[in-house]
Amino acid sequence: MANTSTVTDDIALGTALDSAFLALADPVRRAIIARLSRGSATVNELAEPFAITKQAVSRHIQVLEAAGLITRTREGQRRPCHLDPAALERLTSWIDGYRLAAESQFRQLDAVLASLPEQTPQ
Amino acid sequence: MTNPVTVTAPAGTPFIDVTRDFDAPPDAVYRAWSEPELVARWLGPRRYEMVIEEYDVRTGGSWAYAHTAGDEAYGFRGVFHDVTPGESITQTFEFAGAPGHVSLETATFSDLGDNRSRVSIHSVYQSIEARDAMVDSGMEGGMTEGFERLDEVLSA
Repeated sequence: MANTSTVTDDIALGTALDSAFLALADPVRRAIIARLSRGSATVNELAEPFAITKQAVSRHIQVLEAAGLITRTREGQRRPCHLDPAALERLTSWIDGYRLAAESQFRQLDAVLASLPEQTPQ
Repeated sequence: MTNPVTVTAPAGTPFIDVTRDFDAPPDAVYRAWSEPELVARWLGPRRYEMVIEEYDVRTGGSWAYAHTAGDEAYGFRGVFHDVTPGESITQTFEFAGAPGHVSLETATFSDLGDNRSRVSIHSVYQSIEARDAMVDSGMEGGMTEGFERLDEVLSA
């Protein structure tokens, strides 16, 4: 019989990854994560770039908090949001997303180049 | 991994630098970068269709295209400020969704010998904030692409 605690650990990890991926399956939440990867921010600061209501942004932040991707602290009247350091390790770093997009594009260019007729030697 | 892309966005500067090597001679890479029919086949994220309005790669030529997917359409335009065929292309770049935020990019094409080439792209934004916003948008897009590719790997 399989070791019960190992199976439970796998389920817990799988659930955590599921909720993190689900939390990121939304462009507003991805944009919030991108902004927080550059530094902490309050809900007002996070809501600024979006046309949706502050309440809607708050709901997105709750989803990210529940998924363990962000934490909130209290500093006087402010309650800034922070990207969770462990979550930051699991996610691609700030520049890597841009790099992934560039890679994907250049792989397409590789395919285009491979499809061109042989060049005559110079 | 063959031919990795290097991307740097140095803190305190409004630059993004991208370098990528190709297993093809420089004239082929330059063709793929300057002929509209070829450009349409690779430029931009895979999930979008590329619709080119114009793409006139010569000094003073204009360019405009849109990335589309269903109802979504993202337009881009600019001018080719300076073109030295086979060697370098300097152009302006503006996203229709952020009018007035014009960046300047220079792509240089060099011969590595052995039928291989290198393309180096130096992009200059009007502010560090504008540069950061571009990297952010890449992060969101890249994360989507990354997860999609992860899906493909996982479902194999």
